[in-house]
Amino acid sequence: MSEPQHFSPGQRAWRRFQKNRAAMWSAWYLVLLLAVVIAWPLLLKISGGDFARLHGPDELSDAQFAPPSIHHWFGTDLHGRDVFSRVLYGAQISLMVGIFGAGVSLVIGVLWGAVAGYAGGRLDSVLMRIVDILYSLPTIVFVIVIITTFGEMLKQSEFVQNSPAAAGALRIVLLFVGLGAVSWLTMARIIRGQVLSLRSRAFVEASRTLGAGSTRILLRHIIPNIFSVAITYTALTLPAIILYESFLSFLALGVQPPMASWGTLIAEGVSQINPIRIYWWLIFFPSAVLVATLLALNFLGDGLRDAWDVKGK
Amino acid sequence: MPFAKRARRIFRRARFLLYWSVVAMAAGCSRREPPADLVIINNVEPESLDPALIVAQADMRIVSGMFEGLTRLEPVQAHAVPGLAESWDISPDGKVYTFHLRTNLCWSTGEPMTSADVVYSWLRALDPKTASRYVEQLYYLKNAEDFNNGKITNAELVGVSAPDKYTVRAELNSPTAFFLDVCAIPTLAVVPRQTIEKYGDHWLMARPLPVSGAFDLVAWRLNDKIRLKKNPYYWDATNTQAEIIDLLPVGSPTTALNLYERGQVDVVWDKELIPSSLVDVLLKRPDFHKFNYLGTYFVRFNVTQKPFNDRRVRQALALAVDKERITKRITRAGEMAAEHLVPPGTHNYQPPPGLGHDPERARKLLAEAGYPGGKGFPHFEYLFNASPIHEKIAVELQQMWHDELGIEMELRQVETQVFWGMQQRLEYQMSKSSWAGDYDDANTFLAMFVTGGGNNETGWSNPHYDELIAAANNELDTAKREKLFQQAETILDHDEMPIIPLYVYLGISYFDTNKVTGIWPNMLDDHPLQSVRKIKPQK
Amino acid sequence: MYFIRRILFAIPLLFVISALAFLLVHLAPGGPFDSERKPASPEVERNIKAKYHLDEPVWRQYGRYLGDLLHGDFGASMKYQDHSVNDIIAQGLPVSMLLGGLAFGIALGAGIPLGFFTAARRGGWQDYTGSFVALLAVCVPSFVIAPFLILIFAMKLKWFPVALWVTPWHMILPPIVLGSYFVGKVARILREGMLEAVHAEFVTAARAKGLSETALLLKHALRIAMLPVVSYSGPMLADLLTGSFIVENIFQIPGIGVFLVNSSLNRDYTVVVGLSLLYAILLIGLNLVVDFAYTLMDPRVKYE
Repeated sequence: MSEPQHFSPGQRAWRRFQKNRAAMWSAWYLVLLLAVVIAWPLLLKISGGDFARLHGPDELSDAQFAPPSIHHWFGTDLHGRDVFSRVLYGAQISLMVGIFGAGVSLVIGVLWGAVAGYAGGRLDSVLMRIVDILYSLPTIVFVIVIITTFGEMLKQSEFVQNSPAAAGALRIVLLFVGLGAVSWLTMARIIRGQVLSLRSRAFVEASRTLGAGSTRILLRHIIPNIFSVAITYTALTLPAIILYESFLSFLALGVQPPMASWGTLIAEGVSQINPIRIYWWLIFFPSAVLVATLLALNFLGDGLRDAWDVKGK
Repeated sequence: MPFAKRARRIFRRARFLLYWSVVAMAAGCSRREPPADLVIINNVEPESLDPALIVAQADMRIVSGMFEGLTRLEPVQAHAVPGLAESWDISPDGKVYTFHLRTNLCWSTGEPMTSADVVYSWLRALDPKTASRYVEQLYYLKNAEDFNNGKITNAELVGVSAPDKYTVRAELNSPTAFFLDVCAIPTLAVVPRQTIEKYGDHWLMARPLPVSGAFDLVAWRLNDKIRLKKNPYYWDATNTQAEIIDLLPVGSPTTALNLYERGQVDVVWDKELIPSSLVDVLLKRPDFHKFNYLGTYFVRFNVTQKPFNDRRVRQALALAVDKERITKRITRAGEMAAEHLVPPGTHNYQPPPGLGHDPERARKLLAEAGYPGGKGFPHFEYLFNASPIHEKIAVELQQMWHDELGIEMELRQVETQVFWGMQQRLEYQMSKSSWAGDYDDANTFLAMFVTGGGNNETGWSNPHYDELIAAANNELDTAKREKLFQQAETILDHDEMPIIPLYVYLGISYFDTNKVTGIWPNMLDDHPLQSVRKIKPQK
Repeated sequence: MYFIRRILFAIPLLFVISALAFLLVHLAPGGPFDSERKPASPEVERNIKAKYHLDEPVWRQYGRYLGDLLHGDFGASMKYQDHSVNDIIAQGLPVSMLLGGLAFGIALGAGIPLGFFTAARRGGWQDYTGSFVALLAVCVPSFVIAPFLILIFAMKLKWFPVALWVTPWHMILPPIVLGSYFVGKVARILREGMLEAVHAEFVTAARAKGLSETALLLKHALRIAMLPVVSYSGPMLADLLTGSFIVENIFQIPGIGVFLVNSSLNRDYTVVVGLSLLYAILLIGLNLVVDFAYTLMDPRVKYE
C-alpha cells in the first residue's frame, strides 16, 4: 500500500475507516441514537407534569391504539402508552443487553482463546473440546436453562430477597450472561487461531529468550495484538445478540413487563398483523429502529474490519 | 487444472442429489388422504388422548368423541343424557345409582362391551399407577379416595360393581346431585381393557384402536392433525353426522383466523383462538358467536404472609379494582365483570351480592390496616405465567393500585411450567388464576377453597366455610342447597376475600351457520363431535 | 484415517453432550408434571414420579437413559405421554429436513449469484444495492418477515396457503422466510471471499495472461471464494435441518423445531435430550462432510 510510513497502525486504520462512508454514517447514527436514548428520560424527568404523563413509557391512558399524531409521535398501544417513549426505553434495554452481552462474550472468548492458544498442548485441547461440546448443544436449550436456573437460584438469595431493585435488575443481568455465555464460542476459536500464529512470530520468540514470563508475554504482546480482531468481531456479535434477545422476547423469556425491549415491542406489534385491521405503527416503528440499528452495527463492524484489515470469519 | 473439473463435477452431482432428494421428500410427504368432511381448529396439541390422563378442556372435546361414559352431554345445553347406560335408578337417599347398560353395545372392533368394562375403566382411573390428575371426579364413589391414595389396596371395596353383564352399581359417599353430569366426564369413560393391557402406556397408538364412542382414531400426527372417522359399531351411529373429521392443533389466534378466513377450516371453537385486538370488529359479524361460559378469571392472595394475611388489606385491594376497565380495555368481548367466583347462569344457583368497586372505602380499609395512603406498604409481586393477556391485565392492575391506593406492585412473569409449581407451593404473594367448571354446578368452584383442598393454593382456611360446603353436598333439596352455597360464597368473596374475582369468561367460537350445523352455545363450551355437520351446498 | 479418528472421537463427545443436556434440563426449575391441577393425592404424585423414575438421583436416571439409548430408544415423552421421542423424531424430522433442505437450496441458489454479482460489480451502484439487500436479509428478523409475507401473498393476493404443510404450494413461503437470513449470509461471505481472491497471486497471473474479467472471476476467483461458503454450509445445514421454531410456529408446520423449544419450556426432559443429541449428531456429521468436501475441492488442504 502506498500509505505514508510515519502513521501508526491505529492512525492508518482510522484514516481508512473515515473513507468508508457507510461506516461513518452508521457511527453517526449510533451516536445520535445513544444520545437520544440517554437524553429522553432526562427530558421527561426535567419537564415533569403533563409532558411526562403524556409520554411516560409506563403511563396508561385512555387513548388506546391512537395512531401517530402530534401528541404521540409513534402512536399508542393497547394500554394507551406512548410508543415513541417505549421504543426509546426499549432501546435502552436492547442496547444494554447487546453491549453487555457482547462484552461478556468478548471477555470469556478472548481469555479462553488466548489461554488455549498460548498454553497449547493438553490444556489447549481440553479447552477447545469444551468449546466443541458447547458448540454442539442447541443454543436455545442452553439459554433457557441458564436464564431460568440461575434466575431461581439468585432469587432465593438474601440479597435479592431484600431489595426489589436488585430483583428487577436480575432478569436483565441474566439476559446479558445468558446471551454472552452462548456467543463467546466463535470468538474463542478465532482468538485461539490468532494467538497460535502470533506465538510463533519472531518478536514473541525474542522476548521469550530474553526471559519474559508467560503472563508478561501474554499481557505485553499477545493481548494487544489480538485487540483489533476482538473489537471487530465484537462489533459483529452485538447485532447478533440484539437479534437473539428479540427472539427470546418473542418466546416471553426476555425482559419482565412492563419493561420493554425492541423484541417485546415487535412481538406485540407482530401479533397485530392480520387481514382485518392493522395497527401499523405498533409494528413499523419498533422494527424500523431495530433494523436500522442492526444495519448500522453491521456496517460499522465491516468498516472496522476493513480498516484494520482483519482476516477471518 | 484437474481439480477445477473435479470440483465442478462434485458440485453438479451435489446439486443433482439435492434436487432429487427434495423432489422425493416432497412426494413422500404430501400424503394422499381423502379430504375431511369437516375441519375444526380445536386449540393446541392434546397432551394425551387417554381419557384417564387428560386435564385440558380442549382435549376433552376430542376424547369424548372417541370414548363415552354411562352418560353423555347433549349438544344444546350440555346436560347429561343417557350414554352407554340406557337408564338408571337412584336410591331414595341419593347414595346408590344403578345403571342399566344398553344391550347392543360394541367396541369399534366388533367385540361386545359389558358392565365389566365400565368397572375396569373406573378402577383403572383410580389406580394410583395410572397417575390420573383428574381423578377427583371419581372421589364421590365410596372408598375411591382411599384406594387412589393407596390407603386401601383391595379394589373390591371401591363403590363400583357389576351385579350382572348389563348393570353397574355405584355407591356414593353422599348424595351427589350432579353425579350424572360427572358420569359424562371423560375420566369416567369406558376404555378397552385388552388393548391397554397389551400395549401399556402407548395403547393409543394401537391400530385398530377399539373405541366406545362415535369416532375411531385413524391418524394422530403431533402438531399436524388428528383424524377421526365414524365408528359404525357405535350404538347411536345412525345419528353420527360426519364421516371424517380433522382436528388441527393451532394455538395462535392469528393463524386460526387466517386459516378460517381463507376457508381452509370450517370451525374454530375455542375462546382463546380469537385475536383479542380484533374482538370488537369480529364479534359484529354473523359468523362469530359468543356465549356465557362456566369460567372465572381471578386473583389469588397468599394469605399466609404479610401483608395479605390481613383481611382488610385483601378487601381494600379488591375494592380498588375497576373490573369494568379491564373488560372494556383488555378483554373487550363484552365479558361481565365478576363479583363472585361462581359464574352467573350456573345450574340451580344464583350468586350472592359481592363487594363491588369502592375506592373510597378501599382507602379507608387500607388505613385501618396500618397503611394510610399506601405508606409503609411492603413491595409485593404479582406472579403470572407468560401470556399476552395475563401480562396486560397485570399492567392494568398495577396502575389501578398505584393510582387508587398508592401501593407499588412488581410484575413477575415466569414460564408456565414454573408457574404452577410456585402457585402450589405458595411461593408467591399474589397470582393470576382462573378456573373453568368441570360440570355445571356451583360445587366445582366452591369446593376448591375448602381447607387443604388440592386446588386451594392460597393457604386460606375457614372452618365455617368447610362446614357449609359439606352440608350443601349432603343436601338433597335444591333450594336449601343453593342457600348453603350462597352463604359459603359470601364468606369467600365478600367477607374474607382470599381471591379477587375479575371477570367471567365468554365462550367464543366462529363458523358460518349457513355452512355448519350442530353446534350450540352452552355454558360448558362442550360440543359433541357427533352432531356437527357441514351442510352440503345444493346444486 | 483422519476421518475415522474424527468419527471415533465423536462418540465420547456425544456422551458428554447427552450428559450435559440431561443435567442442564434437570437443573432447571419446574418439572414436566407441574400443571394447573395439583395431582389428586401425594400418592398419585409419587406414582407419576416413579413411573418416569424422577424419584431417583439424576445420575441413576442418566444411567438408565443411556441404557435405553444404546438400544436405540430415546424414551417416552413426558408431555405427550402417548408418544415416544422416537415417534416425535420420526414424524417431525422428515418435515423439518424438507423445509430446511428447501431453505438451503434457496440460500445457495440466491446467495451465490448475489454474492458473485456484487463482487463482480464491486464499487459500483449495483454492488451497493446488492450488498445492502444482502445485509438487510441478515438484519430483518424472520418473525417480522413471515407475517408480512403471509399478509401480502396469502391473505391479500391469495397465491399461497396461509399455513399448514400439505401440498407443494404450502412449501413455498416457509422456506423463503427461513432461507432469507442465510441468503444474505452466503452472499456476504462469498463476496468477501471473491474480493480476497482477485488479489491472489495466481489470479493476477491469469489476468496477465489476458483472460477476460468475467472468465477470471468465474473460473478462478469463484472457486477459491466457495471454500468459506462450503465451510459455513455445515453448521448452516445443521441449523436448517433441525427446524426453526419461528417458521414452524408461524406456519403451523409439524417439524421438530417447535419441539426443541417447547420441550425445553415444558421440561419434557427426554425430548430435550433426544433432540439435543440429534442436533449434535447432525452438526458433527455435516462438519465432517464439509471437511471431506474441502479435501476434494482444494488439494492444498490435507488432513493427516
